[in-house]
Amino acid sequence: MCTYLTEKVAISGSAKGASGWFRVTEGSVYFDHPVHAPYGHTLNIDFLAPDQGPSARVAVELSAESARALMKAIEAVLDSAPPGLE
Amino acid sequence: MYDAVLSETITITGHEGDAIEAYSARPLTPGPVGGVVVLHHLPGYDRQTKEFTRSLAVGGFNAVMPNLYAREAPGADPDDAMAAARAQGAIPIADDRIVGEVAGAMDYLKGLSNANGKIGVIGHCSGGRQSFLAAVSLPLDAAVDCYGGFVVGEPPAGHPLQGWEPVVNRTPDLSCPLLGLFGSEDVQPGPAHVAELEAALKEAGKTYRFRTYEGANHGFMQVDSARYQPQSAVEAWAEILGWFGRYLAA
Amino acid sequence: MSDAIIAETVMIAGHGGDTIEAYSARPVDPGRQVGGVVVIHHMPGYDEGTKEIARTFATRGYNAVVPNLYYREAPGASPDDAAAVVRAAGGVPDDRLVGDVAGGMTYLKGLPTANGKTGVIGYCSGGRQSFLAGISLPLDAAVDCYGAFVVGTPPEGMPLKVGPLVDRAADLNCPLLGLFGADDKYPSPEQVAELEAALKAAGKTYEFHIYEGAGHAFFSVNRPAYRPEAAVDGWEKIFAFYGRYLAG
Repeated sequence: MCTYLTEKVAISGSAKGASGWFRVTEGSVYFDHPVHAPYGHTLNIDFLAPDQGPSARVAVELSAESARALMKAIEAVLDSAPPGLE
Repeated sequence: MYDAVLSETITITGHEGDAIEAYSARPLTPGPVGGVVVLHHLPGYDRQTKEFTRSLAVGGFNAVMPNLYAREAPGADPDDAMAAARAQGAIPIADDRIVGEVAGAMDYLKGLSNANGKIGVIGHCSGGRQSFLAAVSLPLDAAVDCYGGFVVGEPPAGHPLQGWEPVVNRTPDLSCPLLGLFGSEDVQPGPAHVAELEAALKEAGKTYRFRTYEGANHGFMQVDSARYQPQSAVEAWAEILGWFGRYLAA
Repeated sequence: MSDAIIAETVMIAGHGGDTIEAYSARPVDPGRQVGGVVVIHHMPGYDEGTKEIARTFATRGYNAVVPNLYYREAPGASPDDAAAVVRAAGGVPDDRLVGDVAGGMTYLKGLPTANGKTGVIGYCSGGRQSFLAGISLPLDAAVDCYGAFVVGTPPEGMPLKVGPLVDRAADLNCPLLGLFGADDKYPSPEQVAELEAALKAAGKTYEFHIYEGAGHAFFSVNRPAYRPEAAVDGWEKIFAFYGRYLAG
């Protein structure tokens, strides 16, 4: 089933793609059919820089389980980072 | 036996007169032969769908697949194009744009010197719904819906398709015989959705044929996907070629 | 320059000067000279899946040709009928295979877009035949997809009358890419290891990949043995390999 539902979020940072590092400004998050990962549906994240065109993109496709594990890891790291570093 | 097939990227005129990229595959035979518009799945205008388009040509039909994301991401890799279209809120593509692209593709096919004037449409996944949409909007000769989601059924809250008129309501407008190919494990369309669509077709007195493949899920014809099911796909191909063979003959 | 490809049945000169049927797929106007690939079909025959493989090579910028190895026994027959005839006869004789591949090479080198480099690829029985071509002909690259009986002999009751080739590893004229399934029995992982050892000992350039969760025939799109993940990755390995050795 194609879910269509997409969460978009403004982000600030950099991503490394096939042609090297670039600044990213937008994230798309959706749970849908993967292109490469061997599952029926995956948690897909696109790190995008729309002003640089469609190929300025770093994409990941994760099993739902590993996406949740990643979320926990992200929270754990941010929570334990010394305050005031941003 | 002369069986030459020519496949290439071309430009056709689509919705609102826009020039859009398309993939063409056609037998180099005086024929005349029928034409088929291929509507690619949500993941995009990709390698496996181009291979599918070539196989239709090998099966004896002029085939063309418009790049439905050409406006959002011209020249991009298919998965990047899909991501860009999604980020721009262009997925799902507006129904009137789809109809316009198919109409343009039909004009292209009818303009080929070996065209017999009969045109069919086929799509997988989102393309399946779009195939049905084309068949209730345009004068086609055959349509194939491969596991098209949201032909019937209420989209969940927040879903982009919510508020769109359910295309099943337009079943009385179906212009041509419809072949539907579904997987028993799919949830949209699930067996209940398929049954509802069948009931609508019966009530409207339409010519149709449905096949549901046991154990197959959404995407069972996509050769590069974990969801591909060889046995079901082989049988589905036979159904498709049989359907187009019957209804796109001169 | 365009991405147009043309694919069609042609007749080529094969072993012994025989005219045999073949399927050709090539870029029409690639804007450069391109390498050629002789595709050796699997034991089930010269079928639609194999013709599709030829077209895939063409879309990636190679001239490809698939000789119909069963043409002499069953011209015009359906692929599986032809395969049954040849299987009953013990398979294609080795010297005839080499001659037909040589004919394919000549056809490819004669194309106006040819850069002069030729590779070979074979699946199943074709994998062994690809290795055989690689030790017999001046090829630039060879790909063996799960070829059985490069190592070992067919067991009692198997109709194929072929012998092992591993003892001739030193004759390999070109780099070899081997793609195998870990669950395969013919060839088994042990036999693959034996072949690898022979290639190492002979100082040959080779690259082997064994796919977990895949067995024999994992490239066969129309069969239950098809494994999408292995096939998608295997194809990229093939193009990286040919990109290295068949470039002009």
